Amino acid sequence: MDTSRSYLEPSSFSKKMAAAIIIVYAVITLIPISWMVMTSFKNVDSAISYPPEVLFEPSLEGYVNLFTNRSRQSQEYLDSLPPPENWYEELVRSREMVITGPSKFLGRYSNSMIIGFGSTFASVFLGALAAYAFSRFRVPLKDDLLFFILSTRMFPPIAVAVPIFIMYRKLGLGDTHLGMIILYTVVNLSLAVWLLKGFMDEIPKEYEEAAMIDGYSRLQAFFKVVLPQAMTGIAATAIFCMIFSWNEYAFAVLLTQFNAQTAPPFIPTIIGEGGLDWPAIGAGTTLFLLPVMIFTIILRKHLLRGITFGAVRK
Amino acid sequence: MSQIKIVNLQKSFGDFTAVKNSNLTINDKEFFVLLGPSGCGKTTTLRMIAGLELPTSGEIYLGDEEVGMLRASERDIAFVFQLFALYPHMNVRSNLSFPLKMQGYKKSDIKNRVEEAAKLLRIDHILNSNISSLSGGDRQRVALGRALVRRPKAFLMDEPLGTLDAEFRELMCLELKKLHLDIGATTVYVTHDQLEAMSLADRIAVMDGGEILQADEPNIIYNKPKTKFVASFIGSPGMNFFEVNEGISKDQSFVNIEGAKFDIPKQLEESKGSKNFFGIRPENLTLNNNEGLKGSVFGVEYLGSRKIITVKTSLGEIKVKTDISINVKLNENVQVKPLNNNIIIFDGQTDKSLNSEFIK
Repeated sequence: MDTSRSYLEPSSFSKKMAAAIIIVYAVITLIPISWMVMTSFKNVDSAISYPPEVLFEPSLEGYVNLFTNRSRQSQEYLDSLPPPENWYEELVRSREMVITGPSKFLGRYSNSMIIGFGSTFASVFLGALAAYAFSRFRVPLKDDLLFFILSTRMFPPIAVAVPIFIMYRKLGLGDTHLGMIILYTVVNLSLAVWLLKGFMDEIPKEYEEAAMIDGYSRLQAFFKVVLPQAMTGIAATAIFCMIFSWNEYAFAVLLTQFNAQTAPPFIPTIIGEGGLDWPAIGAGTTLFLLPVMIFTIILRKHLLRGITFGAVRK
Repeated sequence: MSQIKIVNLQKSFGDFTAVKNSNLTINDKEFFVLLGPSGCGKTTTLRMIAGLELPTSGEIYLGDEEVGMLRASERDIAFVFQLFALYPHMNVRSNLSFPLKMQGYKKSDIKNRVEEAAKLLRIDHILNSNISSLSGGDRQRVALGRALVRRPKAFLMDEPLGTLDAEFRELMCLELKKLHLDIGATTVYVTHDQLEAMSLADRIAVMDGGEILQADEPNIIYNKPKTKFVASFIGSPGMNFFEVNEGISKDQSFVNIEGAKFDIPKQLEESKGSKNFFGIRPENLTLNNNEGLKGSVFGVEYLGSRKIITVKTSLGEIKVKTDISINVKLNENVQVKPLNNNIIIFDGQTDKSLNSEFIK
C-alpha cells in the first residue's frame, strides 16, 4: 500500500483528473473570448468570410473604425487631398473613405469607467459602514433588517425597471452619471453588506477596542484598524460590484441615451457600411474587457483569500 | 499613576447581572489581581474600568476624577488584551507608535519613546519585524510595549499570559513582576490562574457570581479565607470541608463530626444555624495508622516535592498533602488527622468564615 501520502491528500490520478477538467473548462470558456479578440484584429471581409478564417492577416481596421467616424468619398476627391498624415488615415483612405472625426466610443467608455468605479466605491464604502454596524452594534430588528436588505436581491433588478424609469424621469436622474451610480449602488449594496458583514464578524473586536483605548474615536478606529484588516473582503466585494456595474446592460439601455450612456449599450450599435462592423465591435468588446481584467488581477491576491471567507484567518 | 476606586459598581446585560454592587480601592502603584472562575465578572469589571463597557450603575474614580461614563479614549489608561490585539497590518514599530500618534507628539519624541520602551522590554531588535513573524512571548512584549509608551495612569491586563505555554508563562510572570517594580505603575490584572495571581499580586480580589468575596494580600487570602468559595478556589487542591451538624457557639473549642471529636481554634463568633462546615487545608492533615478518621487510599498524585493523597472516608473524599517520603498503596487502610489547629469553621447559612483565635 502506498503510505507516502496522507489520506487527506488527493492521489496523483485525481490531481491529473482535476487538471484535465479545468483545462477543458478553460478551453470552452476561452473560445468565444479568443474568437472575439481575433475578430477585432481582422478586416471587415475576413471577419464575415465563410468558412471562418482561423489564420488571417492581422489588421487594426477594427480599432480604427471603433475610434473614428468616417465617410465614403469619390476617388477624385481622395486624389485631390494631401497625402495621409499617419497610418490610420492611410488605412481609411485605402477603403476609399476619410476620417470625419472621433467616434463616441471614448466618451461611452469613460462613462462606463465613471459609473463603474463610482458605484463600486459607493457600494463598498456604504456596505462596509453598514456591515460594521450590523456586526458590532446591537441594532434593533437586526435580523429583519438584514433579511430585508437581502430580499432586494430576490428578484431580478430589471423587474422594477418601469417604476425606476418613471421615478428617474421625475427626479431628473435619467441619463445622468449620478443616476446610474445611485442605481448600481442600490443593486450592489445588499451583496456588499452581506459579504462584508461576514468578513467584519471575523475581525476580533479587540482590535478596535485597543485602538479606542489608545485614544482613537470609533470612526478613526474603523478607518485605521478595521478597514485595513477587512481588505480581503473589500477586494472580493469590490470585484463583484465592479463586474455587475461594468457589465450591466438592461438599465443602461433603458435609462441612458447620450450624456451618460455606458459602453455595453453602445458597442452593439456600431454600424459599418451594409451591416454591423464586426471587427469594430470585436475591438470595442476587447477593450471593454480590459479594465475588469486588470482590476481583478490587481486584487487577485485578496480575492483568492477572500473567496474562502476568512476560513484560514486567525 | 493613580489610585482606582470603584463604588457600588453594577453591570447588567438584560436579565443577567455580571457585576453586583462592587466596591474596591486599588492603591497607587499597586499590582492588583482580579481572580475568579470564568464568568465571575472579573473581565467585565476590568472592561468597565477601561471604558469598554459602561456601568449600569455606580462610579469609577481614576485618581480624583469620576470616569464611569467617559469614553475609553478619554481615560488615559492602557489595556493589554488576552489575544494581544496587535494590529497585524503594521510592524512592531508602528504598533508601538500608534497610541502616541493620536496624542500629537513630535516624530522625534515618538521615536525616542518607542525605542525606550522597546529597550526596556528587550524588543529593540525586532522593531521592524512584522507581527505575524513574532513568537507568542515577543507578541506579549510588544503588547506590553504598546501599553507602556503612553505612560498611562493605570495598566489593565486581561489574562495577558493565558495564551502562552506553561514554560513561557512563568518567564513572562517574572518579567511582568520586574517591570512593575521598575516602573511602579498601578496595574489591574485579570486571571483565573491562582498561581499567576499569587506570584504577581500585591493584593488579590477573589470574585464569584459577580461579587467580590475578598480583597487582600495573597497570604491572607490563602490562609484566612473569608468565604467557603475563596477557601475552595484558592490552593491546589482546595480546602477540605466536612459538614458539622451542630450550631457553633462562642468560645467553643471542639466540634463533633459523625461522633468523633475534633479540636478547633477557640471561636469568637457563633453560627447562625445548626449546619456548618469544618475546613482544613490538605497540608494541615497527616496520615497515620492509629488515630483519626478511618479511610482507604483512593488516589495518589506526585507533585515532585510533595504528594497529594486522596482518602475515601465516611465523610467523603479527603485530600491530604504529605511529604514525598510517605508511601501508601491504593486501597490501603489509613487514618487521617489534623496536623495542627489551622482550622476554619464556615457558617452554613452565609458561607462566611467564623472568627476564631486562628482567623480574626
